[in-house]
Amino acid sequence: MAECIIELRNVSKDYDGTEALRDINLKIYRNEFVTLLGPSGCGKTTTLRIIGGFEQPTTGEVVFNNTSINHLPPYKRRVNTVFQRYALFPHMNVYENIAFGLRIKKLDEEVIEYKVKNMLKLVNLAGYEERKVDSLSGGQQQRVAIARALVNEPDVLLLDEPLGALDLKLRQDMQLELKHMQQSLGITFVYVTHDQEEALTMSDTIVVMREGRIQQIGTPIDIYNEPKNAFVADFIGESNIVDGIMVRDYLVEFANHRFECVDAGFGENEPVDVVIRPEDIKLVPESEGMLRGEVRSVVFKGVHYEMMVENGEYVWIVHDTLMQPVGSKVGMVITPQDIHIMRKEDQG
Amino acid sequence: MSYKWAASPYLVWMVIFIVVPIILVCYYSLTVRTDAGFRFSTDNFRRFFEPIYLKVLYRSIELAFVATVVCFILGYPLAYILARSDFKHTNVLIMLLVVPMWMNFLLRTYAWMTILEQNGVLNIVLSWLRLPTISILYTEAAVILGMVYNFLPFMVLPIYSVLSKIDPSVVEAAEDLGANGIIVFRKVIFPLSLPGVISGITMVFMPAVTTFVISRLLGGGQFTLIGNLIEQQFLYVSDWGFGSAISLAMMVLILLSMAVMSKFAGEDRGLGLW
Repeated sequence: MAECIIELRNVSKDYDGTEALRDINLKIYRNEFVTLLGPSGCGKTTTLRIIGGFEQPTTGEVVFNNTSINHLPPYKRRVNTVFQRYALFPHMNVYENIAFGLRIKKLDEEVIEYKVKNMLKLVNLAGYEERKVDSLSGGQQQRVAIARALVNEPDVLLLDEPLGALDLKLRQDMQLELKHMQQSLGITFVYVTHDQEEALTMSDTIVVMREGRIQQIGTPIDIYNEPKNAFVADFIGESNIVDGIMVRDYLVEFANHRFECVDAGFGENEPVDVVIRPEDIKLVPESEGMLRGEVRSVVFKGVHYEMMVENGEYVWIVHDTLMQPVGSKVGMVITPQDIHIMRKEDQG
Repeated sequence: MSYKWAASPYLVWMVIFIVVPIILVCYYSLTVRTDAGFRFSTDNFRRFFEPIYLKVLYRSIELAFVATVVCFILGYPLAYILARSDFKHTNVLIMLLVVPMWMNFLLRTYAWMTILEQNGVLNIVLSWLRLPTISILYTEAAVILGMVYNFLPFMVLPIYSVLSKIDPSVVEAAEDLGANGIIVFRKVIFPLSLPGVISGITMVFMPAVTTFVISRLLGGGQFTLIGNLIEQQFLYVSDWGFGSAISLAMMVLILLSMAVMSKFAGEDRGLGLW
């Protein structure tokens, strides 16, 4: 793959004895769209702030183009940030906000004007130069924040949940726009979000984090199809996670039933987590199912119905385009390649 | 449900103690006393423009201006330190700043007299240290000192309040865009703190320009300021007409400068802080 532009080596961060990050090792490559994904408090924003220079790692090293930048203050780093709440300068108009970084570099006024106008065109805000920032809508402020960062032509753009405050439709539009910008400008993006759908849509690489540790690094497809543990599986999309026992290679027992599967290499009779995506469970007439159950609730979700099917001690989430009425008895079929087996975390 | 009637005690209060006195002041200022009673006249105002009184006005403004500048130079850094320090002592420091205000204004000023007088605390300490003694009581410096001491909290608190409300991520954004500490302050923090500065300046300048206690106690009566002039007219000369005219002129001056100040601060921020 391409050259590595930012590397975190064994980075840990403590706040007054509370561990925020633990031994983070991460390589970010040039022109890559990397997403740090995790629930709030998992350390993703702290990681971003360490790259931006707003926090110092307690231990470990931040390497930029093969040089350590641990002690470089933010204003000397060739990265720019789009902040969560935009952090536009309230006393300046749109033009001056975007020109801020260029003025510090003491560029000629014509050059500044040229660059600012170009950037405004890129973010679809041409003609908004004189507007006060607090008269703009959330989406427009977002675009100004992005333009203000991008106009400095950073090597890396850091984005801290930039779409968090926007409504769904606008967020989806902006996701595509951001992805398009990243590809056409050829800038490395490091993007922080807790929205797994957003991560899947935009990223080249997803870094799933939890309680200050990296759980898995991979492409969206890898992360979705081959989650490394039950947490990742649960966080990326909805999942049924049940306790199971690996009877032997290619045979797993859960919900009082033995299933063929495609996993091997576990110990005999080892307890495991079994993860099954809701859309991978097929509902069939009761007599044909591997598992039988009763539909407890049905929720219409647009494309599909989400049904809760109770079978013994488990309640399975099932997605299907056909609705089964509440109270009806159904059978469930799961094919071997849709059964994902994971080692129990706590024993690992 | 509206509780507008709850404001009525205050309205009565306001009419008795603000509206009526202002009407009286206007009346006195526009009349002169003759044997036949009161007669309409603008003499009182014309008299105010005599050089001797204009000089008093000029000196009042000058001293108040110097005191305001000193307050700003001392107060801004203090407010800045208070606002940026996130240590637990911030509240203690603010207390220290505010506690003197719990004591009577007159007492505080008298205290300064005993500190500054020829055989006062200051000179005793100086002679202990074998330094030459100084006599600044009854000088302009003492008057300015008194003004700064009494009005400094009015400069610090509004600036502190604005500074502590600045979103830290705006500061980070500026650093992120390449601004070092000095540029961040010059282009972001200071401009954003201007409303506080404006209101601090107003709250120091206004009372300083009209004070008569500080100038009489610490200036020893050698420095007749506009406040002293008004006081004399009412208490010693019994020329209520002239006293009222000066008071009105001061009010107009103050309202004008407030209008100018609020223009400075921008329409929407203005003087809303106090």
